[in-house]
Order: sequence, then C-alpha cells, then structure tokens
Amino acid sequence: MTVTDQQSRIGEQILHAENITLGFGGVKALNDISFDIRKGEIRSIIGPNGAGKSSMLNVINGFYQPQEGTIHFKGVPYRPMRPYLAASNGIARTFQNIALFRGMSTLDNIMTGRVLKMKASLIEQAFYVLRGKKEELEHREHVEKVIDFLEIQAIRRTPVGRLPYGLQKRVELGRALAAEPDLLLLDEPMAGMNLEEKEDMSRFIVDVNEQFGTTIALIEHDMSVVMDLSDRVVVLDYGRKLADGTPDEVRGDQAVIDAYLGVTHE
Amino acid sequence: MSAASGASALPDIKTYDTFPKLLRYNAEHRADKPAAREKDLGIWQSWTWSEVKDEVFSVAAGLLDMGIQRGDRIAIIGDNRPRLYWMIAIAQSVGAVPVPIYQDSVADEMKFPLEHAEVRFALAEDQEQVDKLIYLKQHLSTLEYVIFDDKRGIRDYTEDFLYDYEDVRQRGREYLAKNPGAVDAEVDKGKGDDVCIIPYTSGTTGNPKGVLLTYDNMLQAAYAGVVFEGLRESDQVLAYLPLAWIGDTAFSFAQSYIAGFCVACPESSDTVLTDLRELGPSYFFAPPRIFENILTQVSIRIEDAGKMKRGMFHYFMKIARKVGVQILEGKPVSFTDRLLYGLGEILVYGPLKNVLGLSRVRIGYTAGEAIGPDIFDFYRSIGINLKQLYGSTETSVFVTIQPDGQIKADTVGVPLEGVEIMIDDSGELLIKSPGIFKEYFKNPEATEEAKTGGWFHTGDAGFLDEDGHLKIIDRAKDVGKLKDGSLFAPKYIENKLKFFPEIREAVAIGNGRDYCAALINIDPEAVGNWAERNNIAYASYQELAALPKIYQMVSEHVAQVNKDLAAEERVAGSQIKRFLILHKLLDADDGELTRTSKVRRSFIADKYGPLIDGLYSDASTASIETEITFEDGRKGTLKADLQIVDAETVSPSASFSQAAE
Repeated sequence: MTVTDQQSRIGEQILHAENITLGFGGVKALNDISFDIRKGEIRSIIGPNGAGKSSMLNVINGFYQPQEGTIHFKGVPYRPMRPYLAASNGIARTFQNIALFRGMSTLDNIMTGRVLKMKASLIEQAFYVLRGKKEELEHREHVEKVIDFLEIQAIRRTPVGRLPYGLQKRVELGRALAAEPDLLLLDEPMAGMNLEEKEDMSRFIVDVNEQFGTTIALIEHDMSVVMDLSDRVVVLDYGRKLADGTPDEVRGDQAVIDAYLGVTHE
Repeated sequence: MSAASGASALPDIKTYDTFPKLLRYNAEHRADKPAAREKDLGIWQSWTWSEVKDEVFSVAAGLLDMGIQRGDRIAIIGDNRPRLYWMIAIAQSVGAVPVPIYQDSVADEMKFPLEHAEVRFALAEDQEQVDKLIYLKQHLSTLEYVIFDDKRGIRDYTEDFLYDYEDVRQRGREYLAKNPGAVDAEVDKGKGDDVCIIPYTSGTTGNPKGVLLTYDNMLQAAYAGVVFEGLRESDQVLAYLPLAWIGDTAFSFAQSYIAGFCVACPESSDTVLTDLRELGPSYFFAPPRIFENILTQVSIRIEDAGKMKRGMFHYFMKIARKVGVQILEGKPVSFTDRLLYGLGEILVYGPLKNVLGLSRVRIGYTAGEAIGPDIFDFYRSIGINLKQLYGSTETSVFVTIQPDGQIKADTVGVPLEGVEIMIDDSGELLIKSPGIFKEYFKNPEATEEAKTGGWFHTGDAGFLDEDGHLKIIDRAKDVGKLKDGSLFAPKYIENKLKFFPEIREAVAIGNGRDYCAALINIDPEAVGNWAERNNIAYASYQELAALPKIYQMVSEHVAQVNKDLAAEERVAGSQIKRFLILHKLLDADDGELTRTSKVRRSFIADKYGPLIDGLYSDASTASIETEITFEDGRKGTLKADLQIVDAETVSPSASFSQAAE
C-alpha cells in the first residue's frame, strides 16, 4: 500500500459531539466539549486524572446523559441515549476496571459479545434446534475468529477469573470485537500492564484498526503509547478541552505541556 | 524386516527413493488416508495424502514459474504448520534443497545459516519471521524471494520481494494447466544420492555447521526406525518440537512419508497440552525435561487433591512401581498384583494418562540427555511404553533404540538395522550406518575430522554393556582419567547426583587427580520444603546449605551414587571420596553456568580453587570468598567456611558380593 492509501483509510465523520456539558451536582465533569471522530481512525482522549476522559466515554456510550450539547452518530442525533441502544447502534467498549463474567470461560465471555446479534427464541436456543442451532454455529465461528486474532486459543476453556490481568484485558477486547462494532471505545486498555503486555496490546489495537477498519476511540495514560498509535488526539483537563490535533501538534501545545508538567491552577 | 512388523505394507524405498516420489506413492496407495491435521478456528482440519500431493505439486509449479533452479536453497522458518512441512516436499519436488531454520532465533542468529547456505527462496510463517528477513535482506545477496504463510499484519508491506503462499499456489495451478507434466518431470529427475535437506547444527562452539543429508541417508535411517517399531498408517504424531531440529524432520516428515501416518500440528505453541489430550497420539517424542515437568505438575496437583484421591493415587502408584514395568514388558506377575494393577488402571493410571493425552501412546521416545530413572520408571509403570533412542543430525537421527521388553533406564538401546558401532581407544563412540551424512556444507576440514577412516566420530564417550546395549556416559572431550588410570566421566557422575530432587547441580572433579570429589548445590525448593516438613528453621540459602542434617541427607545420596558406580565395572574406580555443599547456587549471571544451564568446568575450577584444594587435602573445612552479581547488576562478596565431608565408598568387590546376596 502507498501513503495515500494510508490516508484514505480515514473517512468521513462517524461521530460528532457538540458543546457537551455534564455536571454532577456542582462539579462540572465536562464543560462545553466539542470534537469529532472520523471513520477508520484511532482517536485518543488524554488528560490528567479527573480530566473527564471516562466521563466523555460514558457520554458517548449512553451511560451518562449530558445536560447540554448534542451528539451525532453516523449522522443521526442522539435522543436520550442508553447503553443498550448505543450497543445496538454499533458502539462497543471495554472498561477501565475489567468487567467480565469471572466464572465463565473465555469462549463464553466473548460469546456474550454476540448477544445483540442473536435472533433465535429462548426455546430454540435452549433446545439447540432450528434457528438456535444455525445461529450458534455462525456465532461460534465468528468468536473463534476473534480468539484466533487475539491469539488466546490456549485459554479458550479457562474461566477468566483464573487468568492474569493482561489476558483478561485481552478477553475483554475480544468481547467488544465480537460485537463487530463500528466504533470501539477502549477505556485505558493498557492500565497496569507490564511493558510486554503493553506492546502486545498496542499491536492488537493497530491490527484491529487495520484489518477490520474499526474506528477506535482510546483513553490512555501512557503518553508514548498514545503518541505512537493515534491519528488524532484530544486533550482534556478539568472538564475543558485543551487541545485537539495530530500527536505532533498536541505534543508542542503549551497548554498541554502545562497540564502535564503541572502549573498552579488558580 | 519380518512381515509381522508390517513391513509388507511399506513402499520399496529403492524404487521410491526420494520424498516427492514417496508422496506420489502415498497419493496413489493411501489416497484417502489422512496425512496432516491442524486445528483452525477451534476445529481439527485434515488433509488426505492426495490433497497434500495436489497442494505440494501446485506450489512447486508456482516456484517453477517464479524461476526456481535445481539446487537452489529454500529456507523454512516458523512454527509447526502443515504448509511448512509441505514446503520441505515442495522444494524437493523441483530439486531445490530445504534449509530449516530455528524459528526462535533472533535475526542476527539467522544470518549465518541463511548466508552460508546461500538461500535464494525463503518461506516465512508470519509477520515476525518476515520482519527478520526484511531486516536481513540487505546483507543477504542471494535472497530473492520471501514467501509468507500467514498474511496477518503483512497487508501493508510494500517490499516487492514478498509473495503470498496462496498466490504462489494459484500461479502454480495456472502453470500446471499449461504444462501438466512439469512437476512430475522434475520429480523424476531426483535421485537417492541427491542432497535432500541441510539442517544446521546448533553449534555450541564456533559457527553452526550445515549438514548435507541425502535422500538415501534420511530414507534408510527413517525406514530402519519404521521397521523396528512397526509404525503404520493408523499411527498419529503431534508435531510440536522445532521444525528445524532433525528429530522432528525424521519423525514428522520422513517416517510419516514412509509409513503413511498422519502428522498433526498444534493450534498454537501454547495449546500443545490441550491438543495432545484431544488427539491422543500413538507415537510421541519429548525431551526428558518435558517428562520431568509433567510429572512435577502431576505431583503438585495430587498433593492439592482431597484426602481420598491422594490416598488412592499413592496406593496404586505403589502397586504400579512394584509390578507396572513387568506387566508392560509382558513378564509374569502374581494374580493378585495383576488384579490390583487392573483396578489401578481403571481408577488411577487410565484417567491420569487420559488427562496427559498419553492414553494411546504405543511408542514414546525420549532422548537428548539422560533421563532420571525415577521419572522414566514412573511413565513406564503406568503403562506408557517410553523408550530412549540415540542419534544426531549427522546420523539422520536413528542409531540405537531400546527394543520393547529390554528397557533399561541408563542405556539408549541396541543398534538398528545397518548400523555398526565401534568404541575407539579413547572411549569415543564411532558409527557407520546408511544414515551418516554426506559432508558439512562448504567445510571440508570439519568433514574430514568428523568422518576420519569412514567412521563418524560422535564426540560422545560410551560403551556397549553386557547385553549389547549402548550406554552414553559423557562428551568424549570431558572424559578423563584418575591418577590410577581409572575412567573418570564427570557428567555421568553428576547426572546420577542430579537425579535426586534435592540436588540441583553438581560438579565432579577428578581428571589427573588421586580420587574423585564433588561440589554440590542443593535445590532450594525441594530442600526448603523438606526442611519445613521436618521443622528445621533457616534464614538463608547459605544457612540451609550448611545445616548438618542437610549434609547428612546429601551424604546418603552420595553413598547411594557410589554404590551404583561400584556396580559398574568401568566407572567403579571413580567413586566420590569427598564432597562439599556450596554456599550459593551456581548461576549464569556469575558465569558459572552457560545460558543453557550447562556447567562451565574450567571457570568453576578457577573460581573455587581454594575449595578444590580443600577437597584434595585432609582439612575438614575450607573457606572461600567469592564475588557475586545481584540481579540488578550490583556486585558483592560472599564469605563462607564450608564443611568438607568424606563420603562412604564401596569397594567394587564388596558391591558385587552384595549384589550376589
């Protein structure tokens, strides 16, 4: 592929957030934030602790309702959005603190990512007949592709509660991928990982983006990871947007440097 | 080659004298029998011999279309995948020579064999291997084509020398449509004395050497093994050891093509144990280390199990130790024991073998280094026909194998059909067999040295015991003599010591000395555990190692080793007279071990000079000050006064009379 192909990977806007304000009582978690995500890009949201990164993700995900502002996803404005609506619209996510079914196997956990795509009735599924059987096979095949992609064949049958942290994170990514999302939200996918695990995870994120063309919105603390992976970065601090642009632009931005190196806030 | 061993069903290797010809034979006579398996997306996929032939010939045609010449070298780099095994036959079909490369080598390590073999084509399994080749490409003037198997992550690569395996196959199909007999004509040109593969030896000293093996070498050696064990189409192996290792080529390629059995590839290198259980191979190879690990895991899990299970396991293992081996070898056993063993099979051995994936193992091999007799007997006593064999890259693997029913833990069996063995004056093992390699690639001096007088010099010291079984004792260059002229084989003694779980490492000294002495390292986990169970308190390794009770325990082990040595005429003279327990673990960071955990004798002799002087004096203690390196690279010194103990020795005559009792 040539350089122009690389650029053409990124398409038109898939999500557009305008003037989002979210408050909890007197605290303004997000204050008049506007930004967009383009199809096929890796878009990062960074900022110091308490900057409002996870809140932003939760707003996109429909978990929080902003008091002001609108979001368009695939050109359609958000009505009051709910997580299950976001999911059926093609938004999948992982969590900062792993949220898997600890007693269930890797396979079953990833299978739950397919739940919205299952149309068979309870009876058909329970007795493994008609659509129940057909669907099970289709979904299993898809899940196996995800397992193969993430190289977790060896833990297919292992209850996730017994897996090390880095692998649990990978299973969680697998569950999100199983939903074949248009937009994948990753909330600190590399928090608490060692260097090797971080490198693995970075490779998977890049591969997901390149191979499936999945749009990715990423929250991450590790600056080197963010700068390497992202196409564009938006920087938040205290609920406000400090900067928005390519990694190079953001790196040189004085406000960002101040926020990270620390200046006194009045 | 009696009919009973199934030889009648085997192809005649005089007619089918190359692997591609055998493939044609198999595609005709074993068309619908499975040849290869691989787990993909969680489901085992299989290919029949006729499908494999079709695949191999298609890709071979693709290579012809790309301009491959007879004699070109093709590097094969990657994990055990069917396509990589096929590439061996693909290369051979068009008269090219496959050069398998260890897939875990870093790029710079790969450079030597790739450059030395002047490879023009390479098959790389995945992105990881492709990256290494791209990095090396500028240094490799001969490398023109890199074909990759798994295209994941390679989509955006712009290098014009990269080719997708599937595209090559497609190209080949089109080429074959136009030139239908092209590959067959190339296959017909192959002869038995052509070079069929160039494996590179690992080369612990100096550069690796490329070993030229001909079809005759590989086929005749592998054929002898097939006949010896009666391997057949219904057998199955799991190919999980490095493809570049000659043993894997012999078991998973050569023997499979001769006997027609199916070779299964694991889903990934992490899933081997699960795949093993699902497949239940009938023919299995593992180095001693793996058998050791499996046994350790079993022991740990049994100790964690409920009281009843644990009791049952220990009871039936006692029965198995008593009669298991005899039953496996078909020797007479009392009715009660047979009954109890049968019950044990239902309750313990059967389920255990099933969990390990070894239920169906008809022939299990171990080789590479000495296996502890306890470990060896454990597997045999639960009914697994584990055997040892001896061979090397230069001999196309098969030299000796233990025949069923004549298994001893410390020998490697009897010579196969066509193999001649001689021990020269220095004790070195010399071999003459059809499997002996043609020459080292571009290295006539080394060839001359290794093949002086028509015999292959193995570099191993050994002897034939009274039953004609070969016994390997050490590397020939390490074997020395005590002052009184008796044979001193350090590794042989050290291995005997290391078979005790409490002893981690041992260094035997004695070459040119009055007697044999030993430095011993206790195993912190095993001994620590033992100390805990016996309510012995200790604060550090140094303290633990110096405890009188530990010395007493090690003393008993040394006495046992001496007793074993005394029972063998050749080594009876080199019993351990004095020993001491080292205050620190020998460590690669301190230069005492190599990175592969082999003892560096000369270094240790220098570093522990005062201790060795103590061992060869009357002193009962010796003191030493050593420099140690901490894990973060800081250095410190460690001072210790170590106790030296006289070990109990047995005079050979006494032991023989004891044995007669």
